[in-house]
Amino acid sequence: MVADIKDKAAIVGVGSTEFSKNSGRSDLSLAAEACKAALDDAGLKPKDVDGMVTFTMDMNEEVDVARALGCDDLTFYSRVPYGGGAATGCLHQAAMAIATGMAETVVCYRALNGRSGHRYSEGVSGDLITGSAIHYGWYTPYGLLTPTSWVAMYHKRYMHLTDCTEDVMFEIAHATREYAVNNPAAFFYKRPFTREDYDNAKKICDPLKLYDCCQESDGGSAVVLTTPERAKDLKQPGVLIKGVAQCSGKDQEEMTSFYRPEIAAIPEMDIAAKMAYEQSGLTPDDIDAAVIYDAFTAIVLWQLESWGFCEQGKAGEFVLSGALRPDGRLPTNTHGGQLSEAYIHGVNGIVEAVRLTRGTSVNQPKKDVNHVLVTSGVGVPTGGALLGKMD
Amino acid sequence: MTPEERKAFEDKVHAYVGREVNAPQKGKDDVNKAMIRHWAEVMGDENPAYTDEEYAAKSSKGGIIAPPSMLQIWSMEGYPMAHNPSQDVQRELHNVFDEHGFAGVLGTNTSAEYYRDLRPGDEVHAHTVIDKISEQKATQRGIGYFIETVTNFTDQNDEAVGKIIFRVLKFTPNDSNDATGGDDSDDGMPEAPTRIASPRGHDNKWWWDAVDEGKVLIQRCKSCQTLRHPPRPMCGECQSIEWDSIESTLDGEVFSFTELHYPKFPGYQYPLVCAVISLGEGTRIISNIVGCEPEDVYIGMKVKGKVEQVDEKTMLPQFYPAD
Repeated sequence: MVADIKDKAAIVGVGSTEFSKNSGRSDLSLAAEACKAALDDAGLKPKDVDGMVTFTMDMNEEVDVARALGCDDLTFYSRVPYGGGAATGCLHQAAMAIATGMAETVVCYRALNGRSGHRYSEGVSGDLITGSAIHYGWYTPYGLLTPTSWVAMYHKRYMHLTDCTEDVMFEIAHATREYAVNNPAAFFYKRPFTREDYDNAKKICDPLKLYDCCQESDGGSAVVLTTPERAKDLKQPGVLIKGVAQCSGKDQEEMTSFYRPEIAAIPEMDIAAKMAYEQSGLTPDDIDAAVIYDAFTAIVLWQLESWGFCEQGKAGEFVLSGALRPDGRLPTNTHGGQLSEAYIHGVNGIVEAVRLTRGTSVNQPKKDVNHVLVTSGVGVPTGGALLGKMD
Repeated sequence: MTPEERKAFEDKVHAYVGREVNAPQKGKDDVNKAMIRHWAEVMGDENPAYTDEEYAAKSSKGGIIAPPSMLQIWSMEGYPMAHNPSQDVQRELHNVFDEHGFAGVLGTNTSAEYYRDLRPGDEVHAHTVIDKISEQKATQRGIGYFIETVTNFTDQNDEAVGKIIFRVLKFTPNDSNDATGGDDSDDGMPEAPTRIASPRGHDNKWWWDAVDEGKVLIQRCKSCQTLRHPPRPMCGECQSIEWDSIESTLDGEVFSFTELHYPKFPGYQYPLVCAVISLGEGTRIISNIVGCEPEDVYIGMKVKGKVEQVDEKTMLPQFYPAD
């Protein structure tokens, strides 16, 4: 059965705080500011909000954000687990709540002091921030402690089985950076880099080097969703959820699904993609641009395959054709991605996907953009959403 | 302390607010290149504006400057304070706290402002005042008061060059920690860091206990004989909760691997290679590859494992090239 979710909810507002390495303020202050910015963008008031969704990893309680903003009664609140896997999961929860009438106007937010607070590169070496200590206990004694190390394990295998080379990884890092160079909100605004910089950068976990990894960031991003009927009366053109899906694949672990017959793939994303395409009636050919979760260069490749832009194992070829560039087949991560704008756990990516659909990205592709893909973090249970213009 | 005693004590210490710790004093040495060089070497600060005359002359600084964070250095008492600390107003105030049971002291934070670069030949004069004493606070260390001193620094022309605020907590130590707060063991030596161990619960303790005895076990469903790792309480094939285990021979093959370069964690020995290993029995295990150079590891490599003591506290399976 195909879920009846197409065109049931629209994103009507997006907002972010400044992205920095040291915000000097609380996570809650970042969350409140991002939500307020998204509501202002939509022309809505905090009192219009009756639902909230965030990540289980977020430090900010819904009730605290609601009180900070001055919301009235909330009739829907929900959290999505598994780190960056939650990004479009927030849209999933919000769309279902709106479609069923549980709530009319839902804010999705994610705010973190990811650099000045708990640092992401520490992985599970410090206090455990999610999941069970027992699970990570199978990895910590050996030193497999960080997100980079878990992803490196998959990617080494992927490179072994495909013709993916460092040229491919550089092309992803470089294309993304070139977008950030034009984006005043990005860390790497006006800071291009060269192949030499890439090659000479510090090794993190073989085969991943520094510029294959995103940056630890402080900041917040939020989006507001409501019914398509209500969206028609608001300030910005609404952006419809055409399809949205989540999946935890067979034999899934949180970041360490090393026990499947093959690990150079992300079957959960394959399934989420199939579901979202079926709901929307769209095919890969209909997708004009994308925001693909890029905590690491490598993970973009696997997702291009999951979403059918190329055959399994052929993402390297697709990337080297220049597909991700402004005039390419699939302009991707036009804000600079998490590699070069900021790492707000994929929610800054949803903000960019909305801009692309509205036609307001700082790197808006020349072609008509009618449908945009946005995805969540991988290695964990994950998902994605297909966004489209309102008629 | 009764409420009356507490009030009398607080009145007494608050009377120190606004008092100068000592009269404005000129630093023992004027700003000079030798002390700048020593400081830069000790701190590992290689900024050539501090030590390279030629570079500094051509830079926006137009000549050698002192590192801004040396500001306080120029006014410090020097080594004599180690055995004969000066009996100033600040010491006197601390004594009042000590006499009332607030014997613990902890420097909590400091902040500095630098108004201009100091150059060789500049004089630095320091003037320190007790600026604030907080209300009584309950901290993790114990009940106490924050004392804030402000030092204003001026030069030979009486122009302000910087300001430093320094905060200490004077407190009554909680029973559980001493004034120094260290976690040293009995012999005074800090413990060497060891690998981060797995916590042991119902579903995994037996496995780690076996490793401690030198064996790597693989959980087996008693009903359908399916092997599974990592252990879990139910068989995913037949849903039986009855299980036993077999001992692995630790013959394996590298399925994937990564060499960990950064960040390096205390307690781990580098170079460090982690691998997904397919065991002869059919399950996989994550472990380290040792006994060869990291660049000699490859996918498909045959390996042989054994359980070893890798540090003072940790027994772990480790895998070596098979021949």
